[in-house]
Amino acid sequence: MSETLDLLMAAPFWVAVLRIATPLVLGTLGVLMCERAGVLNLGIEGIMVAGAFAGWLAVYQGAGLWTGVAVAAAVGAVFGLLHGGLTVVLGLSQHVAGLGITLLATSLASFAYRVGFPKVETPPTIQPFEPMSWLPIPVLNEQTPPVLLALLLVPAIAWFLYRTPLGLAVRMVGENPAAAEGQGLNVVRLRLGAVAAGSALMGVAGAFLTLSAFNAFYFNMVNGRGWVCVALVVFASWRPGKALAGALLFAFFDALQLRLQQAGGGVFGVELPYQVYLMLPYAMAIVALVVMARRAAYPQALMKPYRQGER
Amino acid sequence: MRLERRTEVPRALLVAAPLAAVAVTLLVTSLLVAWAGAPVGRAYALLLEGGFGSRFAITETLTRATPLILTGLAAAVAFRARLFNIGAEGQLYAGALAAVAVGGLHGGTGYEVAPAILFPLMIAAAALAGALLLLGPALLKSRFGVDEVVTTLLLNFIVLLFVSAMLDGLMKDPMAMGWPQSVALQDALQLDKLVERSRVHTGLAAAVGLAVALWALLKYTTLGFEIRAVGANPRAARFAGMPVGWTTVKVALLSGALAGLAGAVEVAGRTGYVTLDMSPGYGYSGIVIAMLAMLNPLAVVAAAVFVAGMLVGADSMSRAVAVPTYIADVIVAVSLITVLVATMLTQYRIRR
Repeated sequence: MSETLDLLMAAPFWVAVLRIATPLVLGTLGVLMCERAGVLNLGIEGIMVAGAFAGWLAVYQGAGLWTGVAVAAAVGAVFGLLHGGLTVVLGLSQHVAGLGITLLATSLASFAYRVGFPKVETPPTIQPFEPMSWLPIPVLNEQTPPVLLALLLVPAIAWFLYRTPLGLAVRMVGENPAAAEGQGLNVVRLRLGAVAAGSALMGVAGAFLTLSAFNAFYFNMVNGRGWVCVALVVFASWRPGKALAGALLFAFFDALQLRLQQAGGGVFGVELPYQVYLMLPYAMAIVALVVMARRAAYPQALMKPYRQGER
Repeated sequence: MRLERRTEVPRALLVAAPLAAVAVTLLVTSLLVAWAGAPVGRAYALLLEGGFGSRFAITETLTRATPLILTGLAAAVAFRARLFNIGAEGQLYAGALAAVAVGGLHGGTGYEVAPAILFPLMIAAAALAGALLLLGPALLKSRFGVDEVVTTLLLNFIVLLFVSAMLDGLMKDPMAMGWPQSVALQDALQLDKLVERSRVHTGLAAAVGLAVALWALLKYTTLGFEIRAVGANPRAARFAGMPVGWTTVKVALLSGALAGLAGAVEVAGRTGYVTLDMSPGYGYSGIVIAMLAMLNPLAVVAAAVFVAGMLVGADSMSRAVAVPTYIADVIVAVSLITVLVATMLTQYRIRR
């Protein structure tokens, strides 16, 4: 037991927690932004894949790392606009359209990768972001700049949603679009904007994997992280601050299972197959959903298409 | 521009819509084929020929279509009742694992069970495993309002890891030279060939039979009526005194069982044992197939054959001209989106 304690006191552990949390923070903020405007975006899993690929490809072609991040954001926004076009403008099922976006984005990324690199065995690498060693803050000085970006986005988005007129408008179209329209707001434009912005964050979440956590693109690198973000938003009750807390808690257990797996010796002396440790994050996401579902205060208009003049 | 609900849907439009959608899809994806540097006309000709152009192509396509019909039916029946079962992939693996666990009962235990008894047990176990896997998310949905999409999606990852653990441990075939695969089913439990000198097996006939049965169930039975009513308007169904939660549970059992059967049929008809890559996403493709078929069980058969043909055709096209096989996935994904739009346009008209 004391070995576990030593582990928790060590700085490398917390460095790992923050690194694992970063794509979850970005993705969860992205989902939160869409859902606050009343749009469920299950395209996240695919948008993260596309962002990871596009960001990596841009840097591989010689662009700067931040340009790579911007490209990933732009690609995410394009898929977001497509999702918005289908769900907000045409009023299609948000569940099904989102899954369609995930399939499309994932298969497009795989296709483009194979066109560009027909027969590579080892994925081509890039020079990823360097840690911010100039920062006088422990743990944070071993992280890359996008980690800081993700952390700063939490208060920024909270401020936007709760302190600006535009943020109020976004929340309003997610709660009561008819009333919002009565106030002279353009529901379709606001929802499209929020979905595009949220999807841009999802793209950046994916790019963090290729440009900072790793240095290459792998087909299965997102591996369900997007779905976990969808669960985390419910866990966070659609609050940016709680989204950060949820992502950190989640990453804590993920980092812990990695350490326990490496340390061996099992739990209470029982040797467990490594797959059991790998299941934990997904099982935790389900538990989080179940625990929070009872008091979940969904945005009232979530998943409800809005058509002018139709009730 | 605004959308206006049609008072009457012309029958011709219902047939023309999916065809137009597929045509638009091929037009859009031809840009990608051209980008990959292949002559577009020839690439599509090769794709069609590889999927449907020869005896071998057709039998391969039908073999691929068999599990797709079952996962497509699983998605169609669930979606009809607005239960978004995205977990068919996991349910398929659960069914395959259960089939091998029951089918392998005879091995080493000392007592033999006649295949005539073991086979139905094996099929039932697979259906039950798939059904039970969906029961949890369905209960969570109807009791606590937990979104079933995310729970079933996350369960896919958990089931795959569970299968991986079983193939590394308890169910590992010691004769497999270290490969993670299960013990093979005895020959007597494997499905017969439907067509000589091909891989098409009797599972295809069973899948088509189930499609017809499901169509009849939805159209002619009380349960079918309840499923359609709950899907169309759960509030109105509850107001009319229908047991909405109970119907959701029954649909979940039916949908999960169909996906579980897909796993059993793959094991008994094609592979003979469980591996981690036995399904290249049949569960996810089933969702697309159900949507392409506009949730009609009979149309699911046609949609599954179309998707299977694309997948098989893309393999052979990719060998002939340098277009990555992922083009099939792109075609399937784009056709999902175009069919969604086309379906919407059958119900709404655009007014200026």
